[in-house]
Amino acid sequence: MSSPTSSSAMEEQNAPHLLEVAGLQVQIGGRSVLEELDFHLDTGQLCALIGENGAGKTTLLRAILGLQPVRQGRIRIHGKPASEERGQMGYVPQKIAFDPNLPIRTRDLVELGLRGSHFGFRGFFGNTSAAVAAALAAVDGEGFADQRIGRLSGGQQQRAVIAHALVRRPRLLLLDEPLANLDFRSTNTLVQMLGRLVREEKITVLVTAHDMNPLLPFLDRLVYLAHGRAAVGDVHTVVQDAVLSRLYGYPVTVLHHQGRILVLPEDPRRGMETACPGHTETDHGETGS
Amino acid sequence: MSTGFQDLGLVHFLGDPTIRSALWIGTMAAMLNGVIGVFAILRGQAFAGHALGDISSAGGAAAVFTGISALWGFLGMAWLAALILSGLGLKRAGERDLVTGVVLGGGLGISALFLYLDATGSSHSGATVSIMFGSLFGIPGSMVLPVILSTLSGLLLVLLCYHPLLLIAADPDLARARGVPAGLLETLYLLLLGLAAAISALTVGAILATALLLGPAGAALHLAGRPAQAFLYAAGIALFCTVTGIYLSYESFYWFGGTAWPVSFFVVVLVLLSYLLAAAWSRTGTVPGRPALHGAKR
Amino acid sequence: MFASYMLHTWIMASILAMATGILGYFVILWRSVFAAHALPLAAFPGAAAAPLLGISPLWGLFFFSGLGVLFLRLFSLLGRKDIAMGLLLTTFLALGGLLLSMGQEYSAAVFSLLFGEILGISGRSFLPMVLIALLVLLLVLANFRSLLLQSVSPALAAAAGISRSRLDWLVLALLALVTAGALPIVGTLLTFTLLVSPAASAQRLCSHPFWSLVLSVFLAETMTWLSIAMAFWTNWPPGFFVGTLGAVLFLLSHLTARFRSGLRPSADTAGRPGLSSDPA
Repeated sequence: MSSPTSSSAMEEQNAPHLLEVAGLQVQIGGRSVLEELDFHLDTGQLCALIGENGAGKTTLLRAILGLQPVRQGRIRIHGKPASEERGQMGYVPQKIAFDPNLPIRTRDLVELGLRGSHFGFRGFFGNTSAAVAAALAAVDGEGFADQRIGRLSGGQQQRAVIAHALVRRPRLLLLDEPLANLDFRSTNTLVQMLGRLVREEKITVLVTAHDMNPLLPFLDRLVYLAHGRAAVGDVHTVVQDAVLSRLYGYPVTVLHHQGRILVLPEDPRRGMETACPGHTETDHGETGS
Repeated sequence: MSTGFQDLGLVHFLGDPTIRSALWIGTMAAMLNGVIGVFAILRGQAFAGHALGDISSAGGAAAVFTGISALWGFLGMAWLAALILSGLGLKRAGERDLVTGVVLGGGLGISALFLYLDATGSSHSGATVSIMFGSLFGIPGSMVLPVILSTLSGLLLVLLCYHPLLLIAADPDLARARGVPAGLLETLYLLLLGLAAAISALTVGAILATALLLGPAGAALHLAGRPAQAFLYAAGIALFCTVTGIYLSYESFYWFGGTAWPVSFFVVVLVLLSYLLAAAWSRTGTVPGRPALHGAKR
Repeated sequence: MFASYMLHTWIMASILAMATGILGYFVILWRSVFAAHALPLAAFPGAAAAPLLGISPLWGLFFFSGLGVLFLRLFSLLGRKDIAMGLLLTTFLALGGLLLSMGQEYSAAVFSLLFGEILGISGRSFLPMVLIALLVLLLVLANFRSLLLQSVSPALAAAAGISRSRLDWLVLALLALVTAGALPIVGTLLTFTLLVSPAASAQRLCSHPFWSLVLSVFLAETMTWLSIAMAFWTNWPPGFFVGTLGAVLFLLSHLTARFRSGLRPSADTAGRPGLSSDPA
């Protein structure tokens, strides 16, 4: 499998990467979801994890968090196994839907980011209000800090969870499909916020998405997943006809228009004559990997 | 209910050792069920809590049959059921309800058998009523101390795991991502639910135990604006219902010409009324962020 | 065992088992196990009040299970349905307990109402109950397609002009009727096992909608007959046999389904309603 890994040879090997994924294989229920995945991220990078539904994006995030058993390979944070470095990671799941009955305000949820894993009495002592306020400020959440989280809009709930993840000042922030179900305005607000976190706070952000376009202005790195394999690099080395066609095992076309990128299956009329050997399915509607 | 019904006064009410035992046990049941009930509702496990109460009746009946203390009977069966439910490890709500229902059926079947054996075997003809509908005034004083100790240890455990439990209630995914051992806490929580059900079964009877678990907590969730408030309100409402229920049952002896109405009847009615009041109150808009008209489906 | 005084029980139980098998099928599809558990308990005070008022227990049962349906719909407007059901059923149970405590033979009466009695059906309520059971069958079969579509996809049902709330009322009303019929024999607490266990087992074993419905009825009949026969021989309460047989039946079918699906994790595959393939 040839993935155009852009620059790993040039980087010094003595300073461990912030996140390093090497030879990762994951199987779920006997089905291979990720095969031989290699990539790494450094401090202060915004990386997009692009792929269709079922390509294994969420599985990869869960593997990094240590929630998904790994068949082979290693995941390291600053050179240490990621499962021991959970404190360095913040996670924002895709499905956020709090029960409206929850008697928990945004402020309380953010505080649980600090104390949520504290057993014993130490969770009841110490002042957290400064850290909570800072995290709320980072997501512009002061306006709804005292409202129940179950009664916020979807976008507000998402920002509340981001603040919950940020309050411990993680080095790596993982967001699962944060742009799904957002309108144009909220999408841009969120992307600007993520860009600010990367540039100013030097947090590394890994975002899964099925569309890379909204992220393009701030994107440092791209992991393109398809059929359990990945192409890794910066946008221009990865998003090319040849690279993606090889990844999909089916001819695809990359279109550029005013700085936006569109990945399309090749014209179906042409595909009828030159189907790729061994891969007869089309990209559309094929959700498994 | 043989002693202490000569006078109407509160002094005599509190002076009666039977009543004092009843008040102690009722207080413990109220506090534990109020607190655990909030978690039960937030995690959509009202049915599981109800099932544990019902199933504990099999233990209570077996205790009568074998002559051991009712508390250990209730508790043993509730914990057995809790361990079965947590061992099955069901995640999706619909599936969970289904299997809970089947386990509940099995437990009630066993309960039927033991109650039948109790009734046919000599002197325990009243066992069905006292186990299913409670007989708070018939509890021996020796049971008060074990109830207090087990309740306090239960509350202490909740306190020690307060933040992780709250985070799981908010969103289990967030908790797992934070490295909270969600599976372990799930089992612990089910055991606590079993303890709450057992002590509630002592107080108001096994098949009415749910009332103390769900009613005050449901009312508190209508009223509370922040986490700590919910737990305090729930315990407070449960306490009010239990103590008032005990008092009314005691007094009803005089109102209805020599037959006291059961404690559990008054407690359950008071719980229902407080839930309805809280639900109505939250609609007036004075409560911060009142719940939606149709609650979230789990 | 087949003496003439048992005849009513056998006929009645067979008809009721058929009704619970069919209705239970939709209880499982709609995931309304808690409601199926709550309604019989709501009917409980009806049976308790009847001797005090000097009426047939059947009318008391109908009245209170009807009341239960009404309260269930009303309460669920107040907030979460599960809390409403929990409170509803305890209130009705407590009321029943109070009413029973006013009559004679308190404990024995409580016991037979909670756990059933094979001779629980008197001659005079036999005919109305048969008619009602037949009505239930007829209504379910007449609405079979709508009920099925509603449980597969509420959106598709709405598009086809099927009213959710009308179906809700229908299912709850049918549940109330069947409950009132089954309660005297099987008992308050275990009527719902008859609704849940056969249907859940059938849906695990068989994925064709119609045949799994037939299997559900067959299992319900078998369970009922076995329970009555064993209760007759041992003199133990029928509820014991219904409850434990129900649990064993479900366990067996769960294991069978799991064995058949091989390596696949059971929680994801076996629990699917026995209809169509996975939509999402």
